[in-house]
Amino acid sequence: MSLAALATDMSMSLRARRVAAVAAEFANQVDRDARFPEEAVNAMKVERLLGVQIPLRFGGESASIEELAEICVVLGQACAASAMVFAMHQIKVSSLVEHGCESPWHMDFMRELAARQLLVASATTEGGIGGNMRNSICAIDVDGNTCRLIKDATVISYGAHADVIMVTSRAHENAASTDQVMTVFRRGQYSLEKTVSWDTLGMRGTCSDGFLFKGEAPAVQIFPKPFAEIAAQSMLANSHLLWSAVWYGIAADAVLRAQAFVRAAARKAPGSQPPGALRLAEAASLLQLLKANILSGLKVYADAKADPDQLSSMAFSVAMNNVKLASSETILTIINQAMIVCGIMGYKNGTPYSLGRHLRDAHSAQLMISNDRILGNTSTMLLVQKPDTSLFG
Amino acid sequence: MNETIRELLAKLGGLPVPVTDLADDADLYAVGLSSFASVQLMLGIEEAFDLEFPDSLLNRKSFASIAAIEQTLTQILNSKEAA
Ligand SMILES: Cc1cc2nc3c(=O)[nH]c(=O)nc-3n(C[C@H](O)[C@H](O)[C@H](O)COP(=O)(O)OP(=O)(O)OC[C@H]3O[C@@H](n4cnc5c(N)ncnc54)[C@H](O)[C@@H]3O)c2cc1C
Repeated sequence: MSLAALATDMSMSLRARRVAAVAAEFANQVDRDARFPEEAVNAMKVERLLGVQIPLRFGGESASIEELAEICVVLGQACAASAMVFAMHQIKVSSLVEHGCESPWHMDFMRELAARQLLVASATTEGGIGGNMRNSICAIDVDGNTCRLIKDATVISYGAHADVIMVTSRAHENAASTDQVMTVFRRGQYSLEKTVSWDTLGMRGTCSDGFLFKGEAPAVQIFPKPFAEIAAQSMLANSHLLWSAVWYGIAADAVLRAQAFVRAAARKAPGSQPPGALRLAEAASLLQLLKANILSGLKVYADAKADPDQLSSMAFSVAMNNVKLASSETILTIINQAMIVCGIMGYKNGTPYSLGRHLRDAHSAQLMISNDRILGNTSTMLLVQKPDTSLFG
Repeated sequence: MNETIRELLAKLGGLPVPVTDLADDADLYAVGLSSFASVQLMLGIEEAFDLEFPDSLLNRKSFASIAAIEQTLTQILNSKEAA
């Protein structure tokens, strides 16, 4: 890495740290009141983190997925909901960057996003379809230069706070359920009628309410590529890697809290091994496994990006699915270990060792595109795909 | 080969339209080929032609249309002969 690149890299993570300080301050309140983390998201805008992924030529900083993942980790240690808002926004931006660079409307929109730090939300989940995002019931109606869409969007994180929502649908009235497109709708081009409230166990600050979405916009705002390609070539990897980075952040903070607990005990009784020390060592080992899982996923993605055929291959899908499955399961084990280490001080709210929020937030990981659904897809692919058993392959 | 592919597609593709209506270059995913059905189709083809798809050809492009499947198969059969 050149010195100049290192300098911007450092400033990016420094900026993330400043946002994290704000996010940490309000994390408990955001969680308790299930409210949007507006202080943290404003700080992201002030630090200009919402536009970092946009290419330099459109006014962004061409941030890599590695840099984005690092920001997710830093934020995840402070407030999982804020970190997840950042991750979900960047996942949508990745679709623009990967698939919008030849469409004049989408290029202009990227310029504006970077300049004005617009926040982008996502509406893939649909009533009657659930998390099976490669299928839609609703269809977009293209009438001359205008498109119209009505969607029963049962989960749109920060839908009420976003500047933009990207919505999937069938490509036209007669299209098959898998023949989908994604359309960018800007605030003012849609109405949202709240249908379901987001009063959940964890990730409460993502405010992922359900809405009846009704939009009308110029038809040029439809992505020119089929959603199937967008899903396979940018969303799959970006979602699983950036979500995993957020989850790693939650688990890492839990391990730090457990370690602080053990160290405090050790200082009080020098010469004897505190009771939780062994479990802490176990949790640290699992945390390293989780980190390795994400790092190897990032490498697989970097390699595949150089070769479009590989990006749409089964081997790649299986690898990304595996990153998600392993991360979402391992964090629960790690945080549970940390909870056992801290005992009642971890179970209680309002102590320096509290882990209730971490554990509750972490429970969303297995459901965020159900692990059973992902296992089902992988198991189908494994009927023909042969795993690469080499170490560096 | 084209005929066998069409037969298997009709049996395993789960498409909402008759396969006879499809041109060789019709986009099968747009017509409604799901990822589950595409794997079933691959298994059917492996069985019918007694071959195995190498990992490098297991991507969306290889199964995007009847013509693409034919091309993929020809590629595998040729490399089999060469071996
Ligand atoms: C924090 C958070 C934020 C989110 N934000 C957004 C957002 O901004 N936009 C958005 O569109 N969505 C969002 N989602 C929704 C998410 O993308 C999934 O759609 C959702 O979690 C799936 O909901 P579900 O469990 O009701 O549906 P389903 O996927 O239908 O699953 C329901 C149940 O059925 C089982 N099941 C269903 N199908 C299968 C199958 N084929 N094989 C095996 N088991 C199966 C599953 O195990 C599960 O228990 C968010 C979710 C979370 C947790």
